[in-house]
Amino acid sequence: MSVTNPSGVQVKPSTAAPLLQMKGITISFPGVLALSEVDFELQAGTAHALIGANGAGKSTLMKILAGAYNHYQGDILVDGANVSISSPKDAKDLGIQVVYQEVDTALIPNLTVAENIMLESMVHDMKGSHMIRWQKMHEQAKAVLARMRIHIPTRKLVQELTLAEKQMVLIARSVSKQCRILVLDEPTAPLSRSETEQLFKLVRQLKGEGVSVIFISHRLPELYEICDEITILRDGKRVASEAIRDLSQEEVVEHMLNARMEQQFPLRKRTVGETAFEARGIKDTEGKVNDVSLQLRKGEIVGLAGLVGAGKTELCRVLFGASKHSGELRLNGRKLRIASPHDAVRQGIALVPEERRREGIFVEESVSVNLTAAVLSRFCRFGIWMSSRKENSSSNVIIDSLGIKTPGGHTKVGSLSGGNQQKVAIGKWLLVDADVYIFDEPTKGVDVGAKRDIFDLVAELASRGKCVLYASSELSEIVGISDRVYVMYDGKIARELDTANSSEEELLLYCTGGGLT
Amino acid sequence: MNTPAVTREKPAQSAFDFLYKYGTLITVVVLIAVFGIMNDNFLSSGNVINILRSISIVTIIAVGLTVSLAVGGFDLSVGSTASLANALVISFFVWHGHNIGAGIALTLVFCLAVGLINAFLVINFKIQDMLMTLATMFVFQGVALTYTRGATVSQNMIMPSGEYAEGKIPALFEKIGQVPWIIIIMLLVVVIVHLFLTYTKHGRYMYMIGGNREAAELSGIAVSRYRLTAYLISALFAAVGGIILGARVMNAEVNAGGPYLMDAVAAAFIGYSVLGSGKPNALGTFVGAVLIGILQNGLIMMSVPYYAMDIVKGSVLALALAVTYYKKKH
Repeated sequence: MSVTNPSGVQVKPSTAAPLLQMKGITISFPGVLALSEVDFELQAGTAHALIGANGAGKSTLMKILAGAYNHYQGDILVDGANVSISSPKDAKDLGIQVVYQEVDTALIPNLTVAENIMLESMVHDMKGSHMIRWQKMHEQAKAVLARMRIHIPTRKLVQELTLAEKQMVLIARSVSKQCRILVLDEPTAPLSRSETEQLFKLVRQLKGEGVSVIFISHRLPELYEICDEITILRDGKRVASEAIRDLSQEEVVEHMLNARMEQQFPLRKRTVGETAFEARGIKDTEGKVNDVSLQLRKGEIVGLAGLVGAGKTELCRVLFGASKHSGELRLNGRKLRIASPHDAVRQGIALVPEERRREGIFVEESVSVNLTAAVLSRFCRFGIWMSSRKENSSSNVIIDSLGIKTPGGHTKVGSLSGGNQQKVAIGKWLLVDADVYIFDEPTKGVDVGAKRDIFDLVAELASRGKCVLYASSELSEIVGISDRVYVMYDGKIARELDTANSSEEELLLYCTGGGLT
Repeated sequence: MNTPAVTREKPAQSAFDFLYKYGTLITVVVLIAVFGIMNDNFLSSGNVINILRSISIVTIIAVGLTVSLAVGGFDLSVGSTASLANALVISFFVWHGHNIGAGIALTLVFCLAVGLINAFLVINFKIQDMLMTLATMFVFQGVALTYTRGATVSQNMIMPSGEYAEGKIPALFEKIGQVPWIIIIMLLVVVIVHLFLTYTKHGRYMYMIGGNREAAELSGIAVSRYRLTAYLISALFAAVGGIILGARVMNAEVNAGGPYLMDAVAAAFIGYSVLGSGKPNALGTFVGAVLIGILQNGLIMMSVPYYAMDIVKGSVLALALAVTYYKKKH
């Protein structure tokens, strides 16, 4: 074993041949070794937690199991017999079903529950016949739901269901076929507490029927509630695999992090001014942000830590006026009225959104058009008449200072690489003289070099006395760049920490809902 | 990170790019040459003016439509709005005896209300622009019909009371519908809207909203305000088109503006392909209208029956769309 972990690799000794064995799984993508010699065992009728930090390789491992890749090395054994999985069909034939987090991509909203549950048999098992037998289909769907003890009318349209119900329908679809291994990828992230309970009841029911469940989640307490065993991945390697009751939450966190590559963060002198931006009792209409209060001081970088689904993005959007909210916002003592991003920008708030391709840039427009989007008035004569000379010279300054790799200001942003697109999305706000800068996952999909540039930029803004809120689920980044951290869990601020006196482990513990009770 | 790759383009690709950029203009030139050779009369100054006059109303309406397209909308009600404007302006003169200024001003105000209603429905109910304006297209067509009681409005018409209508259409009004004024107004509209869309920040904002509404919103652009403005402009130019139509024919026939919708849509979409802009633009729309006008005029001179004209128009539109959308994918 190539892992050099002080605690060593502990594997629970198993008596019977496990239902599923993955041995020495290795896979690489251009430039990245995503998984290296990973072993994974799954016993029949158990729930197995699969956990790891972002980029540890959980999803890749599960995708291999689901047949999404065929260029991996290693063996997969089901019931002790070697099998080959190289397409989604192979996986399904073996009874391996995956329910991904984005349930909406797998459901057809304007069809009924029954049609969605029976979708695959409608597509694959109808061979010669062309007529749909509605009565029979509803009966079959009802039978599946009854078996799972779920009460959803089969004639209801999927678009009328709640998120939790949609998930149930997807699980029902998986179970309607032969299902021996069910993979649930972060199923609880969007669910409320009571909906989660409902899901867990279902998982226990399935376990009772002999179905094995692989459960991916970042919420540690939940894992302890539902899972029997746990496998922890880090940087594409397995670092632990044992019965979950033998590991404490703190130990799990330790395994997940440990000795990660130190990233290069700019050295900063911490010069914190007075409180400039203040939010009190912020709530959004959907309950994703629940009674959040925070303060930002001038020249301070404040981290907003939290896992996917904790409500960071929603909070950022609320502060920027992009979604409806209640609560009070103040900037430099003045009460802000923010009903739209237009209001927010005029009052000195800037947001670099997470989904940059959809929300941050205009792919069909040129780099300079993108860079000047938020402050066009400054490049106009008589208030409306555009001066392309002023526009070009300003955008060239930004292109140079951010090191945006582009043939020129006239190039379409759509043709740049992801990191450069992100720099454009950020650069847009450098021309605006905002007081508060909100970054939502600014390094998502960005390579190491560009990350460094982005960190420098954030530090530079702070040194100019701006307030910076840096939201990220990459805890190492938060620790590296921030002065103070708010940890979000389930739509609330769970903790406020001084970064210097904290650690990645501590952050992760609070992010996963630990240490609350 | 790699520097943007300088890939060597295949000859077929660069030939396509050339055609994509200049194809529409080349088509116009080729058509002029072919029709000019085949018919001596085609290039006479009289006929050139004739063509420009024939496309002026379509162009004005299409330019308004172009603005609604620029914000990612689609105003299908421009034809009905033109009908309504036509009916209103003539009736103000004939029924109510307004003078030219009041007649035109009142017509514009009523048509702006149409734009306001369109914008309100599209923005507040988040209904797809094309579907919503399809509905309002019928509504405003019906409003115009109901207002005129389904009859043609003209001087000396018989009123329901049995008497002749007393109002006269001002002589000055008639001038608007004649050469050179009708052509001058069209060119003014094209140039003003072109400058507005290309050189002002408002135009830039509109294209941004059309390109990525979410990103525009998050850039702090007042998206709803600009979409409202676009629908107002669209309705305004449809109204101008309807008024000029009234001046040209000096009456208001039932649903006279309706047929202009499809020609305007064709002109605006052909405009996407002009100079490879790939987005709605006023100059392109003008070229699109010229292309349709030349085809129509030349084919009629070559004795192609008028009822076959739609086949040609539709085919040209299909070709222009094919080129534009193919380019978007490649």
